[in-house]
Amino acid sequence: MKLLEFLKRERKKSASVAKERLQIIVAHQRSQRGQPDYMPMLEKELVEVIRRYVQIDDDAVQISLDSEDNCSVLELNVTLPKS
Amino acid sequence: MAKVIVVTSGKGGVGKTTSAAAISTGLAMRGKKTVVIDFDVGLRNLDLIMGCERRVVYDLVNVIQGEAGLNQALIRDKRVENLFILPASQTRDKEALTQEGVKEVLEKLREEFDFIICDSPAGIERGAQLAMYFADEAVVVTNPEVSSVRDSDRILGLLASKTQRAEQASDPVREHLLITRYNPDRVTSGDMLTLEDIREILAIELLGLIPESEAVLRASNQGVPVIHESASDAGMAYLDTVSRLLGEDVPLRFHQASKKAC
Ligand SMILES: Nc1ncnc2c1ncn2[C@@H]1O[C@H](COP(=O)(O)OP(=O)(O)O)[C@@H](O)[C@H]1O
Ligand SMILES: [Mg+2]
Repeated sequence: MKLLEFLKRERKKSASVAKERLQIIVAHQRSQRGQPDYMPMLEKELVEVIRRYVQIDDDAVQISLDSEDNCSVLELNVTLPKS
Repeated sequence: MAKVIVVTSGKGGVGKTTSAAAISTGLAMRGKKTVVIDFDVGLRNLDLIMGCERRVVYDLVNVIQGEAGLNQALIRDKRVENLFILPASQTRDKEALTQEGVKEVLEKLREEFDFIICDSPAGIERGAQLAMYFADEAVVVTNPEVSSVRDSDRILGLLASKTQRAEQASDPVREHLLITRYNPDRVTSGDMLTLEDIREILAIELLGLIPESEAVLRASNQGVPVIHESASDAGMAYLDTVSRLLGEDVPLRFHQASKKAC
């Protein structure tokens, strides 16, 4: 069973890898549509600030802006490594 | 009512100019009065694909800056009636193209033409945004390749936010997917994204599928839009594409691997 799975994975075609990568990329791009232009920069700088205290990955910070009736909420998600 | 259609992609070298030339020629062959505009200021090559490079006198920038009238700058196609080319400037800097100027030119063209095809430069910056700004419809040219599909998705984002239709909150720009340089044999062997994959990821309606074809280089060598090679696979695929653009229901061809390859 294990061997069969291994063989299957070996034969995974490059086009299906491309498709999986694209699904992730496009989902990410679409989630950022309509967001202010400063968001990628803000995300990058937040990573730098947090790194002064904790070592985190490049993609450990995710931010998004949700607008409600009369204000906007900046949502901040930080994945910290297990200590 | 005149329709402005931008041929765009984000990524360069995917087949925008080839497609703009073929589609505008095809529309004119179907009796529609059509003009195709090169928006690639500084790097024009639509004139080469259309085979009219030696007849370029004035260009889009001359018209915008009032140095030439629109009728002086429009080049009448030698082969097809009803077809005109408005070349891009070869020398000027890109800043010479202004939104106000483009608007005026398009407004004048709308009075006279059925279709106005805008051949966009590559990229997602100013030039590409100007080419798409006044569009009613967009043909998003995509190759079966990760970078091309990603860029096409970025372009879809711009069409939905940085166009006149988006800013005025009128009907959105109608988006069509045109997959080019498709190689069914490589799709079968699992090394190329399938057309279903691309359509699923971008989630827009498929206008056409153009196979990777030797006819395209042959046509560009001669300065004859490939749609004139009506016996070639790419020529037929562009003819089908034009029919669909005119609202006809035409089945897809050239998406299956050749028998001998199996
Ligand atoms: N269907 C096709 N088959 C083979 N070659 C193609 C096809 N479409 C475009 N090409 C080639 O790809 C190159 C780029 O095409 P072009 O139309 O200039 O792209 P763009 O305007 O997007 O930069 C050219 O050399 C052209 O001949
Ligand atoms: Mg081009």
